[in-house]
Amino acid sequence: MSTATEPVRILPQSPANSGSDSGEGQLLEVSMGPQHPSTHGVFRMDVVLDGERVVRLKPVFGYLHRNHEKIAEHETYLGSMPYTDRLDYICSLTNNWAYALAVEKLAGIQVPERAEYIRIITAEMTRFLNHAALIGFLTQDMGASGTPLMYAFRERETILDLFESLTGARMMCNYMRFGGCRVDLPAGWLDQAKKFAATLPRFLEEFERLLATNEILMARTQGVGVLSKEFAVNAGVTGPVLRASGVNYDVRKVDKYGIYDRFAFKVPLGEHGDTYDRYMIRLLEMRESLKILNQALRDIPEGPIVDPKTKIRGFKPKPGEAYGRIEAPKGELGFYLISDGTANPYRYRVRSSCMMNLTVLEDLCIGHNVADVVVILGSIDIVMGEVDR
Amino acid sequence: MFGEGILKGLAETARNFLGSYVSKKRLTTVQYPEQRLPQIEAYRNFPFLVYDGDDWQQGLRCVSCFICEKECPPKCIIIEKSTDKKPDAVGKLQFYPKVFNIDVSVCMSCQICVEVCPFDAIKMDTDFELSSTDRFSGLLWDKKHLAKSNEHYHKIHPTEAAAVDAQLAAERAKIAAKTKATAEAKPATPTPPANANGAGPNAANQPVPTATEK
Repeated sequence: MSTATEPVRILPQSPANSGSDSGEGQLLEVSMGPQHPSTHGVFRMDVVLDGERVVRLKPVFGYLHRNHEKIAEHETYLGSMPYTDRLDYICSLTNNWAYALAVEKLAGIQVPERAEYIRIITAEMTRFLNHAALIGFLTQDMGASGTPLMYAFRERETILDLFESLTGARMMCNYMRFGGCRVDLPAGWLDQAKKFAATLPRFLEEFERLLATNEILMARTQGVGVLSKEFAVNAGVTGPVLRASGVNYDVRKVDKYGIYDRFAFKVPLGEHGDTYDRYMIRLLEMRESLKILNQALRDIPEGPIVDPKTKIRGFKPKPGEAYGRIEAPKGELGFYLISDGTANPYRYRVRSSCMMNLTVLEDLCIGHNVADVVVILGSIDIVMGEVDR
Repeated sequence: MFGEGILKGLAETARNFLGSYVSKKRLTTVQYPEQRLPQIEAYRNFPFLVYDGDDWQQGLRCVSCFICEKECPPKCIIIEKSTDKKPDAVGKLQFYPKVFNIDVSVCMSCQICVEVCPFDAIKMDTDFELSSTDRFSGLLWDKKHLAKSNEHYHKIHPTEAAAVDAQLAAERAKIAAKTKATAEAKPATPTPPANANGAGPNAANQPVPTATEK
């Protein structure tokens, strides 16, 4: 795996370079990205290198900026729902939920029980497929080219088929509505989902056997990119990255949004905060997701799926503001909305978990080799659609 | 032993590799376009305009109320209203779209036009091979290109189409009964029923309903 394939130039007048005629101790500025295959999208890092060692790292993003927040101020509340799919395009259903939650808070809408269960089922499936895909991509970054990723994608494909038969689309689901969900589960969907959930433990075993004790993986990840507890909290990091550093903070447990208080599940915590912990925490979270999924599939009641009082056309919430947040697979995803009583939000802001987590990248990378930058970035789990918005 | 983890992982890949010779379930790739997966009923890709009967121009359900044009998030629908009226799906005299264009390259398949339409006139198609060699007119579909029959709708979304047909039949019966009642009460001058449409479209966008003989 080549990492320094981008154009390289020697810093012309860097203070560190002064006085060295022989070329020894010279710093190199390497621009990794935005077309670099391991930057997970159009993301660029200005890396200053001393030999192989990273001295400085400047993340440069905005290549995928598409004015999401401003567009939303000119759309109706419902009209922004399909755009939220495109934030973190791997997990569109959790994005939908976060936005729906914010609007429901704003307008004071109650969600029927069945819809809450459907939301939890789809959200945990989303978490599962995100973590599986992430581990695949992370190992791909380390040079395990293909195999773990394809194993993960095999399972992801099955989940996407389930999503397609429920929502009509594989990735851009646009499924949640204010006060519930768009359509009810089609006939036979629950049985299909149960059958699929029964095959997942086998997949998890296989996935863990495949890599967890692999010596190369351990050598590449253990002790690499250590994120301390205090620094993680101060930097506003959330999600699996924060929990890998040993901070017990999960919005599902803290807020108990939806009906998460009814489910028995644990929050896995890391100890060292290194890349290996961040990798392991995802494996463990997949197991916990599976637990929630099984409970939800077992307990889901019959009933309506959407609050009948919510209007599709002419939806105008009262003036006010609301912040709705959920534990998205990548961290805390929040939507902050201000309503002025018209059909469009006055202000629409996305608290993106990926972007907040990305801010610690430089501190994790300094002192490591340039090849480790790729691994650390992979373990933070970013999707540029959400970073740039 | 050093290297044990690697060997364990390799054993797993070997199991999968050899298993693919035994079990067909392990071969998950579908050789598109030679092979195709069965169509999923809920699948949606691009909107089309439903028409009843054989003549697409007469049978179009769209009454050009502009709701979908307004609600469409990327604003890919362009409508121009007609000047004259024709009977719609439930038998009322309504305007019809003189121009109804959808830009394929802008549409993001979100289905919001379908949800907001009070006349069940626009639905989602399942055709996903929409590429064209002409990037201008080939990607701006006019109403002739968009119009598809109700039978087509029944073919791709049978459950949904049956529900829509039942609802439209109920509305038609309701309007017929109301017209008959008004005609009997005042045989000389039949007055139009006040907003007889059960779907409840926006009053502002709603063309004035007119009673017909049906």
